[in-house]
Amino acid sequence: MIPGRFDYYRPSSAQEAVALLAKLGDEARPLAGGHSLIPVMKTRLAAPEHLIDLGGIADLRGIKVEGDTVVIGAMTTQHDLLTSKLIAEHLPIIPETSALIADPQIRYLGTLGGNVANGDPGNDMPALMMCLDATFTVLGAGGERTIKAREFYLGTYYTALETGEIVTSIRIKAMSKATGYAYEKLKRKVGDYATAAAAVVLTVSGGTCTSASIGLTNVAETPLLAEDAAAALIGSSLDKAAIDKAVAAAEAITNPAHDARGTPQYRTKMAGVMLRRAIARAMTRAHG
Amino acid sequence: MAKTHVTMTINGQEVEALVEPRTLLIHFLREQMLLTGPHIGCETSHCGACTVDMNDMSVKSCTVFAVQANGANITTIEGMAAADGTLSALQEGFRMMHGLQCGYCTPGMITRAHRLLIENPDPTEDEIRMGIAGNICRCTGYQNIVKAIQYAAATINGVPFHEAAE
Ligand SMILES: Cc1cc2nc3c(=O)[nH]c(=O)nc-3n(C[C@H](O)[C@H](O)[C@H](O)COP(=O)(O)OP(=O)(O)OC[C@H]3O[C@@H](n4cnc5c(N)ncnc54)[C@H](O)[C@@H]3O)c2cc1C
Ligand code: FES
Ligand code: FES
Repeated sequence: MIPGRFDYYRPSSAQEAVALLAKLGDEARPLAGGHSLIPVMKTRLAAPEHLIDLGGIADLRGIKVEGDTVVIGAMTTQHDLLTSKLIAEHLPIIPETSALIADPQIRYLGTLGGNVANGDPGNDMPALMMCLDATFTVLGAGGERTIKAREFYLGTYYTALETGEIVTSIRIKAMSKATGYAYEKLKRKVGDYATAAAAVVLTVSGGTCTSASIGLTNVAETPLLAEDAAAALIGSSLDKAAIDKAVAAAEAITNPAHDARGTPQYRTKMAGVMLRRAIARAMTRAHG
Repeated sequence: MAKTHVTMTINGQEVEALVEPRTLLIHFLREQMLLTGPHIGCETSHCGACTVDMNDMSVKSCTVFAVQANGANITTIEGMAAADGTLSALQEGFRMMHGLQCGYCTPGMITRAHRLLIENPDPTEDEIRMGIAGNICRCTGYQNIVKAIQYAAATINGVPFHEAAE
């Protein structure tokens, strides 16, 4: 399995990368960790003529805290996320999710930026980013702009990124220590994409749920923000009736493909099961 | 589509070569560097037979372009034993615990376990199993591979290992 021919560029700044992308046009693609792009190049589903390797751009990698916001460079790897003290402290749902992505080798190279920009509904980070209300900073030859994760996913492999733009960083508000959270993923084996998965963050005060946010992975053409499901939890005591209502609301918005992981009906039900488990685990972690 | 000049340190030796950008690292290592220790199992990023150590990471060399490894420090299974041929603790563990049958997965398993033990010199059985979850073995059922890695960890930590291979 040998990819088609391409020219290789390794710029050392993001500005240089977007200038190259602008100059080379539609046939140019950024290369991050390569663990979604190289497989599709091997099967020739993708045959870009120019690859712009972002791996030489030191500024795109790293994690820092600015006020109440965690800023993660696009080239930060899953392995970086799993081993970062800052992420463990401020956004512990991220390493919980990273650990369920692919396998150790792939996590050394696969990046957060590549995972969110790829546009594959099977990727785990996009639903989590929607759940956490992340903002992507995007750079193009014309300058910088920001796009909310919740407005980024338009279809399968179709995102709000314009040709020639790259994601440079991901900004997420730090979670308070009192926030309950969980990412639950059903997969057939290590290294498999989700049959269905659910991300939940919620807060509780005096026994009442005061905020909730829910993302669903791989059960529609895009990752889903389950707003009605979250609304069913807010104001409730997270009793069985409220959770049943949330699960029904989440199942109602799924539209999974029929694939080797199961029928649409099965995968919808599994989305409900993952959500139920994630809520239960988030509840045990919420203080207040 | 010009060839690109790359330099790398492979098993402690500086090498330079011209590569086509589309050349995968596994093909570069096997066909240009004649290092046939890293194997091609699936060629689809699943089996881990092609695992090599690159800049202190275990990577599947079928899913890395050789040009991405320009300037990298690479260790393959050929670089695991000492210069005089003395086996590493892991190689010895695989020998003593029967950690292989056909041997196809072994270079990838040992190379992956090498990095695992550097990062976590005293892993639990669960950590070993999750640590080698990107490597598939069709023969052993993993039981003796886990023991081989436990044997190596014990050797590295200077403690006796009493379990027998299954
Ligand atoms: C066997 C296997 C199992 C896997 N299992 C999972 C899984 O369970 N869950 C999961 O989420 N993923 C999984 N993956 C995919 C993996 O996580 C990829 O690493 C990830 O999807 C893409 O990130 P990357 O850094 O490798 O990007 P690349 O493969 O380099 O790029 C992916 C796409 O995004 C574009 N791109 C990359 N970076 C940027 C950027 N900064 N700005 C704009 N565009 C960019 C590229 O042009 C390309 O189109 C698996 C992969 C394999 C091979
Ligand atoms: S040959 Fe590379 S993972 Fe199987
Ligand atoms: S020993 Fe045969 S594949 Fe592992």
